Amino acid sequence: MSVSHRPYTLVAELTYRCPLRCVYCSNPLDYAGHADALDTAGWISVFRAAEDLGVVQLNLTGGEPLLRDDLEPLIEEARKLDLYTNLITSGIPLARERLARFRQLGLDNVQLSIQDVEPAASDRIAGLRSFERKLEVARWVKELGFPLTMNTVLHRDNLDHVEEIVALAERLSADRLGLANTQYLGWALLNRQALLPSRDQLARARVVAAAARDRLRGRMEVLFVFPDYYTDLPKACMDGWGRRFIVVSPDGLALPCHLAHTLPGVTFENVRDRPLGEIWEGSSGFNAFRGEAWMPEPCRSCDRRAIDFGGCRCQAFHLAGDAALTDPACSLSPHHALVERARADAESPAVSPSLTYRSRAAVVPQ
Amino acid sequence: MIATDAKPRLAAKARLRFDRKTSRYLLLYPERGLELNATAADVARLCTGEHTVAAIVDQLVEKYADRPREVIERETLAFLAALADRALLQDTT
Repeated sequence: MSVSHRPYTLVAELTYRCPLRCVYCSNPLDYAGHADALDTAGWISVFRAAEDLGVVQLNLTGGEPLLRDDLEPLIEEARKLDLYTNLITSGIPLARERLARFRQLGLDNVQLSIQDVEPAASDRIAGLRSFERKLEVARWVKELGFPLTMNTVLHRDNLDHVEEIVALAERLSADRLGLANTQYLGWALLNRQALLPSRDQLARARVVAAAARDRLRGRMEVLFVFPDYYTDLPKACMDGWGRRFIVVSPDGLALPCHLAHTLPGVTFENVRDRPLGEIWEGSSGFNAFRGEAWMPEPCRSCDRRAIDFGGCRCQAFHLAGDAALTDPACSLSPHHALVERARADAESPAVSPSLTYRSRAAVVPQ
Repeated sequence: MIATDAKPRLAAKARLRFDRKTSRYLLLYPERGLELNATAADVARLCTGEHTVAAIVDQLVEKYADRPREVIERETLAFLAALADRALLQDTT
């Protein structure tokens, strides 16, 4: 295997089902059309094949992974394979006894989403009364001896609360705080007008987060992920297509990222039909945007092409209509005006736009 | 800077794993990992809370007899500082 692409992380999307209805959910809009096709044995063989390819990190995610009643055997197998196993969860539904079992079985880390610092604001984004229960889960996580990652997705309604979010993370004794700005794809793209912050708001939040990072260094890791709409440089999405990550969807599709199957004309294969190692190495989907041969100008001759890999393929498709274009987040993209217009709208917000909650109802992307 | 009489111990969230692909040790923690060279892996293995920094350096000096003590000590302190910076060491009292 070439060193240029070795998977280090398997993102196991165990189900798209979720009790929350977050308005920025990154699951595909048609998630309801994907059944939980992989059973326990199916996932275990995915874990084994991934470990064999070099994967050392396992993210158990969804949807809400807690809705699977076979998390216990999955965690047990992951530990046997010596995978560093991270449960990415809303914390709902969870009983303390189940979390204690996860601990005994060798789960390494719990990453808990908390939407905001006030119950009403948090529940409004989640579309479910959940804030107080999340705090209780956070306390159990620490009492049981897990490291706790608290993750808060940032947008225009909570970016002014970063100081309070940091304080909450400190109160919960989080070991790590992820302050990740919304990625405007999936449901977040539908709700972009309501969620995209202004430049000033972001700048203020960044200063607060940087101060917290310095103050808490060595105790709590504070990450602040700036939205690519405001960086003028695209992000190295997934560290490059098919380089470091394998995502497996609930129905068994092996993907380079969690939205790759929304790209038309790119074929992805199912772990039930072909061994994962062959899919990783040889499938047309994983090879579609590997390397530089696919790149258009301005990427092809750009100094940063080995740094950002041309940005996000899904963003290129969902904003500009073609996955093989330069990510419009890049200021050199011929389609950058799409991002500039969204930013301009965020500077002069109209009446507060309504939110579309994640739901099973079919949604036609605009 | 970590005192030479401190007894460093890896944080609960950090786990050392041998990597068959590279024959190196990886220090894994949530969503991240550090690929360790041989001496760093030796240091990480000795971060159990039982050994002082000075004792760790002594052990490495013995193992890598061809390398000057000052260099080993400098590398060890730099590696421990990098771990502490990432909150990968527990309180070292």
